Amino acid sequence: MDWSYIGDNWSDILDRAWQHTQLAGIPLIIGLLIALPLGWLGQRVRWLKPVLLSGSGLLYTIPSLVLFVVMPIFLGTKILDPVNVIAAMTLYTLALLVRTVTDGLEAVPESTRQAATAIGYPPLKRFLGVELPLAVPVIASGLRVAAVSNVSIVSVAALLGIPQLGYYLTDGYKREYWTEIWVGIGACVILALLFDLVIQLIARALTPWLRARTA
Amino acid sequence: MIITDTWKWLTDGSNWSGPDGIGHRIVEHVWYSGLVLLIALIIAIPLGSWIAHTGRAKWLVSIANSLRAVPSLGLLFAASMWLTPKFKGDGDAGFLVPAIAVLVILAIPPLLAGAYSGVSETDPAARDAAKGMGMSGMQVFGKVELPCALPLMFSGLRSATLQVIATATIAAFVGLDALGAFLRDGLASSIYPEMIGGSVLVAALALLADLLLALIQRTVVSPGLTGRTPRRRRGGADEATRLSAAGAHATGSSS
Repeated sequence: MDWSYIGDNWSDILDRAWQHTQLAGIPLIIGLLIALPLGWLGQRVRWLKPVLLSGSGLLYTIPSLVLFVVMPIFLGTKILDPVNVIAAMTLYTLALLVRTVTDGLEAVPESTRQAATAIGYPPLKRFLGVELPLAVPVIASGLRVAAVSNVSIVSVAALLGIPQLGYYLTDGYKREYWTEIWVGIGACVILALLFDLVIQLIARALTPWLRARTA
Repeated sequence: MIITDTWKWLTDGSNWSGPDGIGHRIVEHVWYSGLVLLIALIIAIPLGSWIAHTGRAKWLVSIANSLRAVPSLGLLFAASMWLTPKFKGDGDAGFLVPAIAVLVILAIPPLLAGAYSGVSETDPAARDAAKGMGMSGMQVFGKVELPCALPLMFSGLRSATLQVIATATIAAFVGLDALGAFLRDGLASSIYPEMIGGSVLVAALALLADLLLALIQRTVVSPGLTGRTPRRRRGGADEATRLSAAGAHATGSSS
Protein backbone atom coordinates (compact mmCIF):
# COMPACT_ATOMS: atom_id res chain seq x y z
CA MET A 1 0.00 0.00 0.00
CA ASP A 2 1.47 3.27 -1.16
CA TRP A 3 -0.14 5.96 1.02
CA SER A 4 1.44 8.84 -0.88
CA TYR A 5 -0.75 7.85 -3.89
CA ILE A 6 -3.81 9.03 -1.96
CA GLY A 7 -2.23 12.36 -1.12
CA ASP A 8 -0.96 12.89 -4.66
CA ASN A 9 -4.31 12.06 -6.26
CA TRP A 10 -6.60 13.55 -3.65
CA SER A 11 -8.48 15.91 -5.95
CA ASP A 12 -8.90 13.21 -8.60
CA ILE A 13 -10.30 10.82 -5.98
CA LEU A 14 -12.77 13.46 -4.79
CA ASP A 15 -13.84 14.18 -8.40
CA ARG A 16 -14.55 10.52 -9.03
CA ALA A 17 -16.27 10.12 -5.67
CA TRP A 18 -18.58 13.01 -6.59
CA GLN A 19 -19.33 11.44 -10.00
CA HIS A 20 -20.00 8.15 -8.22
CA THR A 21 -22.29 9.90 -5.72
CA GLN A 22 -24.36 11.35 -8.55
CA LEU A 23 -24.57 8.08 -10.51
CA ALA A 24 -25.72 6.20 -7.41
CA GLY A 25 -27.70 8.96 -5.67
CA ILE A 26 -29.80 10.57 -8.43
CA PRO A 27 -31.38 7.18 -9.32
CA LEU A 28 -32.18 6.69 -5.63
CA ILE A 29 -34.24 9.90 -5.58
CA ILE A 30 -35.93 9.34 -8.96
CA GLY A 31 -36.60 5.71 -8.07
CA LEU A 32 -38.23 6.69 -4.78
CA LEU A 33 -40.37 9.35 -6.47
CA ILE A 34 -41.67 6.76 -8.97
CA ALA A 35 -42.00 3.99 -6.39
CA LEU A 36 -44.20 6.08 -4.06
CA PRO A 37 -47.22 6.38 -6.41
CA LEU A 38 -46.69 2.82 -7.69
CA GLY A 39 -46.57 1.44 -4.14
CA TRP A 40 -49.66 3.49 -3.27
CA LEU A 41 -51.48 2.01 -6.27
CA GLY A 42 -50.27 -1.49 -5.42
CA GLN A 43 -51.58 -1.14 -1.90
CA ARG A 44 -55.00 0.25 -2.95
CA VAL A 45 -55.76 -1.79 -6.07
CA ARG A 46 -55.67 -5.44 -5.02
CA TRP A 47 -55.07 -7.08 -8.42
CA LEU A 48 -52.33 -4.60 -9.29
CA LYS A 49 -50.13 -5.58 -6.36
CA PRO A 50 -48.80 -8.93 -7.66
CA VAL A 51 -48.42 -7.46 -11.15
CA LEU A 52 -46.36 -4.53 -9.84
CA LEU A 53 -44.27 -6.60 -7.45
CA SER A 54 -43.31 -9.37 -9.87
CA GLY A 55 -42.93 -6.88 -12.72
CA SER A 56 -40.50 -4.75 -10.76
CA GLY A 57 -38.75 -7.86 -9.41
CA LEU A 58 -38.20 -8.98 -12.99
CA LEU A 59 -36.13 -5.84 -13.65
CA TYR A 60 -33.64 -7.08 -11.09
CA THR A 61 -32.92 -10.22 -13.10
CA ILE A 62 -31.09 -8.19 -15.75
CA PRO A 63 -27.34 -8.02 -15.00
CA SER A 64 -26.09 -4.46 -14.61
CA LEU A 65 -23.45 -4.65 -17.32
CA VAL A 66 -26.20 -5.86 -19.66
CA LEU A 67 -28.43 -2.95 -18.72
CA PHE A 68 -25.61 -0.42 -19.21
CA VAL A 69 -25.00 -1.83 -22.69
CA VAL A 70 -28.64 -2.12 -23.75
CA MET A 71 -29.80 1.28 -22.39
CA PRO A 72 -28.43 3.30 -25.34
CA ILE A 73 -30.76 1.37 -27.68
CA PHE A 74 -33.83 2.46 -25.75
CA LEU A 75 -32.65 5.97 -24.93
CA GLY A 76 -30.89 6.72 -28.21
CA THR A 77 -27.82 7.81 -26.24
CA LYS A 78 -24.14 7.02 -26.83
CA ILE A 79 -22.74 3.97 -25.07
CA LEU A 80 -20.46 6.11 -22.87
CA ASP A 81 -23.18 8.55 -21.81
CA PRO A 82 -23.54 8.64 -17.98
CA VAL A 83 -27.31 8.98 -18.52
CA ASN A 84 -27.33 5.25 -19.37
CA VAL A 85 -26.02 4.45 -15.91
CA ILE A 86 -28.52 6.77 -14.22
CA ALA A 87 -31.41 5.21 -16.15
CA ALA A 88 -30.23 1.66 -15.45
CA MET A 89 -29.70 2.37 -11.75
CA THR A 90 -33.15 3.98 -11.55
CA LEU A 91 -34.68 0.73 -12.80
CA TYR A 92 -32.77 -1.25 -10.15
CA THR A 93 -33.79 1.16 -7.41
CA LEU A 94 -37.39 0.91 -8.56
CA ALA A 95 -37.17 -2.89 -8.52
CA LEU A 96 -36.28 -2.79 -4.82
CA LEU A 97 -38.46 0.11 -3.70
CA VAL A 98 -41.87 -0.74 -5.15
CA ARG A 99 -42.04 -3.72 -2.82
CA THR A 100 -40.72 -1.71 0.13
CA VAL A 101 -43.22 1.12 -0.33
CA THR A 102 -46.12 -1.33 -0.64
CA ASP A 103 -45.02 -3.20 2.48
CA GLY A 104 -44.49 0.05 4.37
CA LEU A 105 -47.95 1.36 3.53
CA GLU A 106 -49.51 -1.96 4.45
CA ALA A 107 -47.81 -1.76 7.82
CA VAL A 108 -49.99 1.27 8.69
CA PRO A 109 -52.65 -0.05 11.10
CA GLU A 110 -56.15 -0.07 9.69
CA SER A 111 -57.43 1.66 12.85
CA THR A 112 -55.10 4.61 12.21
CA ARG A 113 -56.38 4.87 8.65
CA GLN A 114 -59.98 4.82 9.81
CA ALA A 115 -59.31 7.37 12.54
CA ALA A 116 -57.75 9.74 9.99
CA THR A 117 -60.74 9.30 7.67
CA ALA A 118 -63.12 9.88 10.57
CA ILE A 119 -61.56 13.22 11.51
CA GLY A 120 -62.02 14.33 7.93
CA TYR A 121 -58.81 13.57 6.01
CA PRO A 122 -59.51 13.29 2.26
CA PRO A 123 -57.59 10.38 0.58
CA LEU A 124 -54.62 12.35 -0.78
CA LYS A 125 -54.12 14.37 2.39
CA ARG A 126 -54.44 11.18 4.45
CA PHE A 127 -51.79 9.50 2.29
CA LEU A 128 -49.32 12.39 2.56
CA GLY A 129 -50.07 13.38 6.14
CA VAL A 130 -50.68 10.05 7.87
CA GLU A 131 -49.84 6.90 5.91
CA LEU A 132 -46.59 8.03 4.29
CA PRO A 133 -44.99 9.36 7.52
CA LEU A 134 -45.90 6.15 9.34
CA ALA A 135 -44.34 4.09 6.53
CA VAL A 136 -41.03 5.97 6.75
CA PRO A 137 -39.14 3.35 8.85
CA VAL A 138 -39.91 0.52 6.42
CA ILE A 139 -39.26 2.66 3.32
CA ALA A 140 -35.97 3.85 4.84
CA SER A 141 -34.80 0.28 5.43
CA GLY A 142 -35.45 -0.57 1.77
CA LEU A 143 -33.77 2.65 0.69
CA ARG A 144 -30.65 1.71 2.67
CA VAL A 145 -30.37 -1.62 0.85
CA ALA A 146 -30.89 0.10 -2.50
CA ALA A 147 -28.29 2.77 -1.72
CA VAL A 148 -25.57 0.33 -0.73
CA SER A 149 -26.14 -1.91 -3.75
CA ASN A 150 -26.29 1.12 -6.08
CA VAL A 151 -22.85 2.26 -4.94
CA SER A 152 -21.47 -1.23 -5.60
CA ILE A 153 -23.15 -1.68 -8.98
CA VAL A 154 -22.16 1.74 -10.33
CA SER A 155 -18.50 0.70 -10.16
CA VAL A 156 -19.21 -1.95 -12.82
CA ALA A 157 -19.76 0.89 -15.30
CA ALA A 158 -15.99 1.41 -15.19
CA LEU A 159 -15.68 -1.62 -17.50
CA LEU A 160 -17.32 0.53 -20.16
CA GLY A 161 -15.14 3.51 -19.28
CA ILE A 162 -17.74 5.71 -17.57
CA PRO A 163 -15.82 7.84 -15.05
CA GLN A 164 -16.42 7.15 -11.33
CA LEU A 165 -14.61 5.34 -8.48
CA GLY A 166 -14.64 2.02 -10.36
CA TYR A 167 -11.87 3.45 -12.53
CA TYR A 168 -9.38 2.72 -9.73
CA LEU A 169 -10.43 -0.94 -9.83
CA THR A 170 -10.03 -1.42 -13.58
CA ASP A 171 -6.89 0.68 -13.81
CA GLY A 172 -5.32 -0.92 -10.74
CA TYR A 173 -6.00 -4.37 -12.18
CA LYS A 174 -4.58 -3.45 -15.55
CA ARG A 175 -1.37 -2.08 -13.98
CA GLU A 176 -1.27 -4.71 -11.20
CA TYR A 177 -1.05 -1.84 -8.73
CA TRP A 178 -2.53 -2.84 -5.36
CA THR A 179 -2.78 0.68 -3.99
CA GLU A 180 -5.26 1.69 -6.68
CA ILE A 181 -7.40 -1.41 -6.04
CA TRP A 182 -7.53 -0.60 -2.30
CA VAL A 183 -8.34 3.04 -3.03
CA GLY A 184 -11.24 1.92 -5.26
CA ILE A 185 -12.62 -0.62 -2.79
CA GLY A 186 -12.11 1.63 0.25
CA ALA A 187 -13.69 4.68 -1.39
CA CYS A 188 -16.72 2.62 -2.51
CA VAL A 189 -17.23 1.21 0.99
CA ILE A 190 -16.91 4.65 2.61
CA LEU A 191 -19.36 6.12 0.11
CA ALA A 192 -21.84 3.29 0.76
CA LEU A 193 -21.57 3.86 4.51
CA LEU A 194 -22.12 7.60 4.02
CA PHE A 195 -25.27 6.98 1.97
CA ASP A 196 -26.47 4.60 4.68
CA LEU A 197 -25.79 7.16 7.41
CA VAL A 198 -27.54 10.01 5.60
CA ILE A 199 -30.67 7.90 5.00
CA GLN A 200 -30.75 6.88 8.66
CA LEU A 201 -30.41 10.50 9.78
CA ILE A 202 -33.19 11.66 7.44
CA ALA A 203 -35.45 8.83 8.58
CA ARG A 204 -34.74 9.78 12.20
CA ALA A 205 -35.59 13.40 11.54
CA LEU A 206 -38.84 12.40 9.83
CA THR A 207 -40.05 10.17 12.66
CA PRO A 208 -39.83 12.25 15.88
CA TRP A 209 -42.62 10.17 17.50
CA LEU A 210 -40.40 7.08 17.54
CA ARG A 211 -37.89 8.86 19.76
CA ALA A 212 -40.63 10.33 21.97
CA ARG A 213 -41.91 6.82 22.60
CA THR A 214 -38.59 5.44 23.83
CA ALA A 215 -37.58 8.56 25.78
CA MET B 1 -30.13 -1.20 -37.09
CA ILE B 2 -28.68 -2.59 -33.86
CA ILE B 3 -31.66 -4.79 -32.96
CA THR B 4 -31.66 -6.61 -36.31
CA ASP B 5 -27.87 -6.94 -36.18
CA THR B 6 -28.15 -8.48 -32.73
CA TRP B 7 -30.83 -10.85 -33.97
CA LYS B 8 -28.58 -11.79 -36.89
CA TRP B 9 -25.71 -12.50 -34.47
CA LEU B 10 -27.95 -14.60 -32.22
CA THR B 11 -29.41 -16.67 -35.05
CA ASP B 12 -26.19 -17.18 -37.04
CA GLY B 13 -25.50 -20.91 -36.78
CA SER B 14 -21.74 -20.46 -36.97
CA ASN B 15 -21.83 -18.41 -33.75
CA TRP B 16 -23.32 -21.37 -31.90
CA SER B 17 -20.76 -24.07 -32.56
CA GLY B 18 -17.26 -24.74 -31.28
CA PRO B 19 -15.59 -24.07 -27.92
CA ASP B 20 -16.08 -20.29 -28.37
CA GLY B 21 -19.66 -20.75 -29.54
CA ILE B 22 -22.85 -19.67 -27.81
CA GLY B 23 -23.85 -23.25 -26.98
CA HIS B 24 -20.61 -24.00 -25.15
CA ARG B 25 -20.67 -20.64 -23.37
CA ILE B 26 -24.19 -21.28 -22.07
CA VAL B 27 -23.10 -24.67 -20.72
CA GLU B 28 -20.10 -23.03 -19.02
CA HIS B 29 -22.26 -20.30 -17.50
CA VAL B 30 -24.77 -22.80 -16.11
CA TRP B 31 -22.01 -25.07 -14.82
CA TYR B 32 -20.04 -22.33 -13.02
CA SER B 33 -23.17 -20.75 -11.54
CA GLY B 34 -24.45 -24.14 -10.36
CA LEU B 35 -21.11 -25.03 -8.78
CA VAL B 36 -20.90 -21.68 -6.99
CA LEU B 37 -24.45 -21.94 -5.66
CA LEU B 38 -23.87 -25.49 -4.47
CA ILE B 39 -20.74 -24.53 -2.52
CA ALA B 40 -22.45 -21.43 -1.08
CA LEU B 41 -25.54 -23.44 -0.09
CA ILE B 42 -23.43 -26.05 1.69
CA ILE B 43 -21.78 -23.28 3.72
CA ALA B 44 -24.63 -20.83 4.28
CA ILE B 45 -27.73 -22.92 5.00
CA PRO B 46 -26.32 -24.96 7.93
CA LEU B 47 -24.48 -21.91 9.25
CA GLY B 48 -27.48 -19.57 9.06
CA SER B 49 -29.80 -22.17 10.59
CA TRP B 50 -27.32 -22.91 13.37
CA ILE B 51 -26.93 -19.20 14.21
CA ALA B 52 -30.69 -18.74 14.33
CA HIS B 53 -31.33 -21.99 16.19
CA THR B 54 -28.75 -21.39 18.92
CA GLY B 55 -28.73 -17.60 18.90
CA ARG B 56 -24.95 -17.72 18.87
CA ALA B 57 -22.48 -15.85 16.63
CA LYS B 58 -25.05 -13.37 15.29
CA TRP B 59 -22.19 -11.08 14.35
CA LEU B 60 -21.52 -13.41 11.40
CA VAL B 61 -24.83 -12.35 9.85
CA SER B 62 -23.98 -8.67 10.29
CA ILE B 63 -20.54 -9.20 8.78
CA ALA B 64 -22.03 -11.05 5.82
CA ASN B 65 -24.51 -8.21 5.33
CA SER B 66 -21.84 -5.54 5.49
CA LEU B 67 -20.00 -7.42 2.72
CA ARG B 68 -22.64 -6.02 0.38
CA ALA B 69 -20.97 -2.63 0.56
CA VAL B 70 -17.77 -4.01 -1.00
CA PRO B 71 -17.95 -3.59 -4.79
CA SER B 72 -17.97 -7.04 -6.44
CA LEU B 73 -15.78 -5.77 -9.27
CA GLY B 74 -13.15 -4.80 -6.70
CA LEU B 75 -13.35 -8.19 -4.99
CA LEU B 76 -12.91 -9.94 -8.34
CA PHE B 77 -9.90 -7.89 -9.35
CA ALA B 78 -8.27 -8.17 -5.92
CA ALA B 79 -8.82 -11.94 -5.73
CA SER B 80 -7.46 -12.62 -9.18
CA MET B 81 -4.44 -10.35 -8.69
CA TRP B 82 -3.68 -12.20 -5.47
CA LEU B 83 -4.49 -15.79 -6.49
CA THR B 84 -3.78 -16.05 -10.21
CA PRO B 85 0.04 -16.00 -9.82
CA LYS B 86 -0.23 -18.81 -7.23
CA PHE B 87 -1.70 -21.18 -9.83
CA LYS B 88 0.83 -20.60 -12.59
CA GLY B 89 1.09 -23.63 -14.85
CA ASP B 90 -2.08 -25.29 -13.56
CA GLY B 91 -4.03 -24.77 -16.77
CA ASP B 92 -7.15 -22.64 -16.21
CA ALA B 93 -7.05 -22.88 -12.40
CA GLY B 94 -5.47 -19.44 -12.14
CA PHE B 95 -8.58 -17.89 -13.71
CA LEU B 96 -11.17 -20.24 -12.28
CA VAL B 97 -10.23 -20.39 -8.58
CA PRO B 98 -10.34 -16.65 -7.79
CA ALA B 99 -13.50 -16.08 -9.83
CA ILE B 100 -15.34 -19.03 -8.29
CA ALA B 101 -14.17 -18.05 -4.79
CA VAL B 102 -15.42 -14.46 -5.17
CA LEU B 103 -18.74 -15.62 -6.59
CA VAL B 104 -19.18 -17.94 -3.58
CA ILE B 105 -18.40 -15.04 -1.22
CA LEU B 106 -21.03 -12.93 -2.99
CA ALA B 107 -23.65 -15.68 -2.89
CA ILE B 108 -23.30 -16.35 0.83
CA PRO B 109 -24.87 -13.14 2.34
CA PRO B 110 -28.35 -13.52 0.78
CA LEU B 111 -28.40 -17.27 1.52
CA LEU B 112 -27.20 -16.77 5.09
CA ALA B 113 -29.68 -13.96 5.73
CA GLY B 114 -32.51 -16.03 4.27
CA ALA B 115 -31.68 -19.08 6.39
CA TYR B 116 -31.13 -16.96 9.48
CA SER B 117 -34.30 -14.88 9.30
CA GLY B 118 -36.34 -17.88 8.13
CA VAL B 119 -35.39 -20.03 11.09
CA SER B 120 -35.36 -17.26 13.71
CA GLU B 121 -38.79 -15.99 12.66
CA THR B 122 -40.49 -19.32 12.97
CA ASP B 123 -43.69 -18.77 14.95
CA PRO B 124 -42.65 -19.42 18.59
CA ALA B 125 -46.04 -21.04 19.19
CA ALA B 126 -45.29 -23.70 16.56
CA ARG B 127 -41.87 -24.29 18.09
CA ASP B 128 -43.35 -24.60 21.59
CA ALA B 129 -46.03 -26.97 20.36
CA ALA B 130 -43.38 -29.17 18.77
CA LYS B 131 -41.36 -29.21 21.98
CA GLY B 132 -44.52 -29.93 23.95
CA MET B 133 -45.15 -32.97 21.79
CA GLY B 134 -41.76 -34.24 22.89
CA MET B 135 -39.64 -33.52 19.82
CA SER B 136 -35.90 -33.26 20.34
CA GLY B 137 -33.93 -30.18 19.32
CA MET B 138 -32.99 -31.78 16.00
CA GLN B 139 -36.55 -32.87 15.33
CA VAL B 140 -37.91 -29.39 16.06
CA PHE B 141 -35.38 -28.05 13.61
CA GLY B 142 -36.01 -30.61 10.87
CA LYS B 143 -39.77 -30.91 11.11
CA VAL B 144 -40.84 -27.40 12.14
CA GLU B 145 -38.21 -24.70 11.78
CA LEU B 146 -36.81 -25.83 8.44
CA PRO B 147 -40.17 -26.16 6.64
CA CYS B 148 -41.29 -22.83 8.10
CA ALA B 149 -38.03 -21.20 7.00
CA LEU B 150 -38.24 -22.47 3.42
CA PRO B 151 -40.00 -19.43 1.90
CA LEU B 152 -37.32 -17.04 3.16
CA MET B 153 -34.56 -19.52 2.29
CA PHE B 154 -35.92 -19.66 -1.23
CA SER B 155 -36.07 -15.90 -1.51
CA GLY B 156 -32.41 -15.88 -0.45
CA LEU B 157 -31.57 -18.60 -2.97
CA ARG B 158 -33.36 -16.76 -5.77
CA SER B 159 -31.55 -13.50 -5.17
CA ALA B 160 -28.24 -15.35 -4.78
CA THR B 161 -28.85 -17.15 -8.08
CA LEU B 162 -29.60 -13.91 -9.91
CA GLN B 163 -26.56 -12.31 -8.40
CA VAL B 164 -24.24 -15.17 -9.32
CA ILE B 165 -25.50 -15.39 -12.91
CA ALA B 166 -25.13 -11.63 -13.26
CA THR B 167 -21.72 -11.38 -11.62
CA ALA B 168 -20.33 -14.33 -13.57
CA THR B 169 -20.70 -11.95 -16.53
CA ILE B 170 -18.27 -9.49 -14.97
CA ALA B 171 -15.94 -12.36 -14.02
CA ALA B 172 -15.19 -12.68 -17.74
CA PHE B 173 -13.00 -9.63 -17.26
CA VAL B 174 -10.70 -11.66 -15.00
CA GLY B 175 -10.69 -14.60 -17.39
CA LEU B 176 -13.72 -16.73 -16.45
CA ASP B 177 -14.91 -17.72 -19.91
CA ALA B 178 -18.69 -18.00 -19.93
CA LEU B 179 -21.40 -15.83 -21.47
CA GLY B 180 -19.54 -12.78 -20.21
CA ALA B 181 -16.85 -13.51 -22.81
CA PHE B 182 -19.17 -12.09 -25.48
CA LEU B 183 -19.51 -8.86 -23.54
CA ARG B 184 -15.76 -8.66 -22.92
CA ASP B 185 -14.74 -9.48 -26.50
CA GLY B 186 -17.53 -7.41 -28.00
CA LEU B 187 -16.47 -4.44 -25.89
CA ALA B 188 -12.78 -4.88 -26.76
CA SER B 189 -13.47 -4.93 -30.50
CA SER B 190 -16.50 -2.57 -30.41
CA ILE B 191 -18.79 -5.23 -31.92
CA TYR B 192 -22.02 -4.14 -30.26
CA PRO B 193 -24.32 -6.85 -31.68
CA GLU B 194 -22.07 -9.45 -29.99
CA MET B 195 -22.16 -7.55 -26.69
CA ILE B 196 -25.90 -7.05 -26.75
CA GLY B 197 -26.51 -10.61 -27.94
CA GLY B 198 -24.44 -11.90 -25.01
CA SER B 199 -26.39 -9.58 -22.70
CA VAL B 200 -29.71 -10.93 -23.94
CA LEU B 201 -28.52 -14.49 -23.33
CA VAL B 202 -27.45 -13.72 -19.75
CA ALA B 203 -30.76 -12.01 -18.96
CA ALA B 204 -32.68 -14.90 -20.51
CA LEU B 205 -30.68 -17.39 -18.48
CA ALA B 206 -31.31 -15.42 -15.28
CA LEU B 207 -35.04 -15.27 -15.98
CA LEU B 208 -35.17 -18.97 -16.76
CA ALA B 209 -33.30 -19.87 -13.56
CA ASP B 210 -35.61 -17.67 -11.49
CA LEU B 211 -38.68 -19.24 -13.10
CA LEU B 212 -37.34 -22.72 -12.42
CA LEU B 213 -36.67 -21.89 -8.76
CA ALA B 214 -40.13 -20.35 -8.42
CA LEU B 215 -41.64 -23.61 -9.70
CA ILE B 216 -39.52 -25.70 -7.33
CA GLN B 217 -40.47 -23.38 -4.47
CA ARG B 218 -44.15 -23.87 -5.29
CA THR B 219 -43.86 -27.63 -5.03
CA VAL B 220 -41.50 -27.77 -2.04
CA VAL B 221 -42.95 -25.14 0.30
CA SER B 222 -45.91 -26.23 2.39
CA PRO B 223 -49.13 -24.65 1.03
CA GLY B 224 -49.99 -23.60 4.58
CA LEU B 225 -47.13 -21.07 4.47
CA THR B 226 -47.70 -19.53 1.07
CA GLY B 227 -51.17 -18.09 1.60
CA ARG B 228 -52.59 -20.45 -1.02
CA THR B 229 -54.75 -21.90 1.72
CA PRO B 230 -56.66 -19.48 3.95
CA ARG B 231 -55.27 -18.96 7.40
CA ARG B 232 -55.69 -16.72 10.38
CA ARG B 233 -54.35 -13.25 9.76
CA ARG B 234 -51.81 -12.09 12.26
CA GLY B 235 -51.46 -8.50 13.45
CA GLY B 236 -51.20 -6.63 10.16
CA ALA B 237 -48.61 -4.06 11.15
CA ASP B 238 -46.15 -6.52 12.69
CA GLU B 239 -46.51 -8.93 9.80
CA ALA B 240 -45.78 -6.34 7.13
CA THR B 241 -42.78 -4.89 8.94
CA ARG B 242 -41.40 -8.37 9.46
CA LEU B 243 -41.91 -9.32 5.82
CA SER B 244 -40.31 -6.23 4.45
CA ALA B 245 -37.39 -6.46 6.86
CA ALA B 246 -36.88 -10.04 5.75
CA GLY B 247 -37.18 -8.98 2.12
CA ALA B 248 -34.56 -6.34 2.66
CA HIS B 249 -32.27 -8.94 4.17
CA ALA B 250 -32.81 -11.50 1.49
CA THR B 251 -32.58 -9.22 -1.50
CA GLY B 252 -29.04 -9.35 -2.76
CA SER B 253 -27.47 -6.64 -4.77
CA SER B 254 -27.39 -7.53 -8.40
CA SER B 255 -24.09 -6.80 -10.05
